[in-house]
Amino acid sequence: MKLSLKVNGKKIEKEVDDNTLLVSFIRENLNLTGTHVGCDTSQCGSCVVHVNGKSVKSCAMFAVDANGSEVTTIEGLEKDGKLHPVQESFKKHHGLQCGYCTPGMVMSSIDLLKSHKNPTEEEIRKGLEGNICRCTGYQNIVASVKGAIGKV
Amino acid sequence: MIGSKVERKEDKKFLTGKGRYTADITLHNQSYAVFIRSPHARAKIKGIDTAKAKKASGVIDVLTGKDLADDKIGGLIAGWKIVSKDGTDMKCPAHPALATDTVNYVGDHVALVIAESLQEAKDAADLVNVDYKVLKAVANTGDAMNAEAIHEGIDKNLCFDWELGDKAKVDEAFSSADKVVEMDIVNNRLVPNAMEPRASIGDYNSSSDELTLYTTSQNPHLSRLVMSAFNALHPEHKFRIVAPDVGGGFGSKIYPYSEDVVIAWAAKRLQRPVKWVCERTESFLSDCHGRDHITKAAVAVKSDGTVTGLKVDTIANLGGYASLFATVTPTYLYGPLVLGLYNIPAAYCNVKAVYTNTAPVDAYRGAGRPEATYLIERIMDKAAKEMGMDRAEFRKKNFIKQFPHQQCLVHNIDSGDYDAHFDKALNLADYAGFEKRKAESAAKGKLRGIGFSTYIEACGIAPSAAVMSLGAGVGLWESAEIRFNPTGNISVFTGTHSHGQGHDTTFAQIVSDKLGVPVENIEIVHGDTDKGPFGMGTYGSRSLAVGGSAISKACDKIVEKGKAVAANMLEAKPEDIEFKDGEFIVPNTNKKKTMGEIAFACYLPGTYGEIKSPLPEGMEPGLKETAFYDPVNFSFPAGSHICEVEIDPTTGETKVDTYTCVDDFGNLINPMIVEGQIHGGLAQGIGQALYENAYYDETGQLVTASYMDYCMPRADNFPEFRIDYTCTPATSNPLGVKGCGEAGAIASPPAVMNAVVDAIGTEVTMPATAEKVWRALKDKKSAQKKAA
Ligand code: FES
Ligand code: FES
Repeated sequence: MKLSLKVNGKKIEKEVDDNTLLVSFIRENLNLTGTHVGCDTSQCGSCVVHVNGKSVKSCAMFAVDANGSEVTTIEGLEKDGKLHPVQESFKKHHGLQCGYCTPGMVMSSIDLLKSHKNPTEEEIRKGLEGNICRCTGYQNIVASVKGAIGKV
Repeated sequence: MIGSKVERKEDKKFLTGKGRYTADITLHNQSYAVFIRSPHARAKIKGIDTAKAKKASGVIDVLTGKDLADDKIGGLIAGWKIVSKDGTDMKCPAHPALATDTVNYVGDHVALVIAESLQEAKDAADLVNVDYKVLKAVANTGDAMNAEAIHEGIDKNLCFDWELGDKAKVDEAFSSADKVVEMDIVNNRLVPNAMEPRASIGDYNSSSDELTLYTTSQNPHLSRLVMSAFNALHPEHKFRIVAPDVGGGFGSKIYPYSEDVVIAWAAKRLQRPVKWVCERTESFLSDCHGRDHITKAAVAVKSDGTVTGLKVDTIANLGGYASLFATVTPTYLYGPLVLGLYNIPAAYCNVKAVYTNTAPVDAYRGAGRPEATYLIERIMDKAAKEMGMDRAEFRKKNFIKQFPHQQCLVHNIDSGDYDAHFDKALNLADYAGFEKRKAESAAKGKLRGIGFSTYIEACGIAPSAAVMSLGAGVGLWESAEIRFNPTGNISVFTGTHSHGQGHDTTFAQIVSDKLGVPVENIEIVHGDTDKGPFGMGTYGSRSLAVGGSAISKACDKIVEKGKAVAANMLEAKPEDIEFKDGEFIVPNTNKKKTMGEIAFACYLPGTYGEIKSPLPEGMEPGLKETAFYDPVNFSFPAGSHICEVEIDPTTGETKVDTYTCVDDFGNLINPMIVEGQIHGGLAQGIGQALYENAYYDETGQLVTASYMDYCMPRADNFPEFRIDYTCTPATSNPLGVKGCGEAGAIASPPAVMNAVVDAIGTEVTMPATAEKVWRALKDKKSAQKKAA
């Protein structure tokens, strides 16, 4: 079907198959390869993007279901060459190593900070439970989220 | 610069989605490949019918092991020869990249379907008909030696029966011991699970006869060497391997896999780019796994608590075939380390490595050293308890106190101060206050336990002379090249590879310090065999100690040449020139040249009228230096970790309440990056202790082949780790660094398990899941009832 949506503020109209996953649409049709695939059971969170401002595992959603919505991927966070405060905080607190989980982590963290204005450490850790990172042991990701409190 | 928390240069691209991983690469005219894998753990292949699949829509070709053999592509190799105690060489079966006669684990490679799109390749894969005669699988490490041989001519499924140490001396220690403490130890099997699944893209250029393989590799140079020399895939000088951004490795991306060989070969054969990206379940089945040891250990103890002997008997599972580093992992990376950081005068270690119908087992973060540390730290705990001694005091009593120290097995440890980090850890963890906390937990109906773990690793892998005498196929030195550009910025080429370790930053800090050039003007280049010099890659916590040292040496050569040029320009003697903070100065004068001026001058040789050449007569122009560094010894990081757990006896659930570590990594270049390495290692080690387990059933099916069944640690499984350091610089490399990448994964499993066992007062194996702990408590209770 013909899909019409906004991705990172840009209007997109494209023909897609009904069974195309949102993540494949983003990576293959739009060539936005910052959104990653880390599993085949919707459990790692590498593929998290925002659909209408809410974080969504893009491997668990068909592209056609995003019709008419606004999608933001990791590529869409930087504004006028300035990193988003959460991106900035990940850099400052060494919240990433290999970078593979990072786009999903950043997108989930932004959502977390939107829904919890002043989260406790426990709330942060619980809030990131859907995202797996194999490199950082999570400590500096938690620090990165803490560091961005009040800035989102 | 050295020693400061410099933010990472590489972060911005990853944070903005501009990292470029292998799966992100799309080549013009690329085709898509899917592997047909064995669904059986052990079977004979009676026939492969590809006719239907070949005719399916979009299919370009279906390739089998026969095609591979016709093209004379060699099989995969084990890179380290181990000799059994009877003097015979280890026995390795043929390991073709695509199976021809038999398959030996679920996920073993049988055929390759290549099509215009991924979907077409997947659809056609269903049409390939493989006729299997299913055979009885050998899936269990402990049973392998008594089972039917899975490889022809390999009796008892035994690859080698290796020994280390002086058995007679150990027997003597045991016969004169006041107490002998024995223990059965299982080191559970793990799946490395780098978040980026493996991927490969082959690309062949017929006009230049150049073959390029983009792949998820920790060491592209070594892969190219192996694939050229042993797989006879393509001549090395016309073969390029690019490992772009790599999303974690932890060992699992060190070695070339069947997929690398097959994809590169297919691209060459079809003269078309071929892309393969692994799916997660596929990676559970076909990535090399880690650990999987069964051990019987014993220590001999004197009545005052002195340990006088150690005996270790291990069965190590190699899986279906011997992978590249599979044979060194349970031998030289393991045996010498079973002594831990204790002064034990006699030890004997026997390792039997067996084949089973499971995925190959190879190096995973720590490789051999976590297994060694787990056994010595668990048995030291048990011994202390049986001797009625405080577990901390018992350890301290047996620490090595003087350095250098020649251990009774292999290693000569250059430096350390084990009391220092242990005492610091005891303080930081408030050991003195433990009983009070335990009472508080008890008041809440919870069980609290404390566990200690101390470790040494042998890192900086590896001094070539030492390892080649032990059977290594190559020496493990490292190279570096520093190119000063005429405008004063620098390109540094290293043979190591960064896939999360932050070399772009750490290495730049070293160069910045040595040459006085700001970090922003230094580019670290790695991961492409066409760009950098030959190098051995990244594993075994070697990159800084060996690769960083090569860089440091190359910097020294740059300074030396700079001094000669400066002397010529400033009309002084080279030996009078001092180099400091990026300036060449003649002391006690105001004569000086900056590093930038010297670099520029090096590219402007020759005399121009009045202006004489800046270069001394006969000196080559340019400013570029190469250095190779072969360490004189391993480096020996060490540390003390203390874990406190709280267990809910009604559910068996274990919570890691506090975790404290004090490590001695020698000098630190970037403490921020070091901390990150510790955190990551701890999460993997605690994961092994409490959550992770790769489980094969008796038919050889991997039951835990997805994130639904294999429990990956998540953010809410951990407390905030407390970290501190002590420092005794390494004497084996010019930077005084020891390596930090594996410590967390090595030290934490025994720290956690000693705490769990302390809390529940009975043994339990890893992973100590809620169910197992609950059962252990129940069994203990019924045993107590029976006794009463
Ligand atoms: S790719 Fe793992 S959750 Fe989407
Ligand atoms: S940074 Fe590597 S998986 Fe998170």
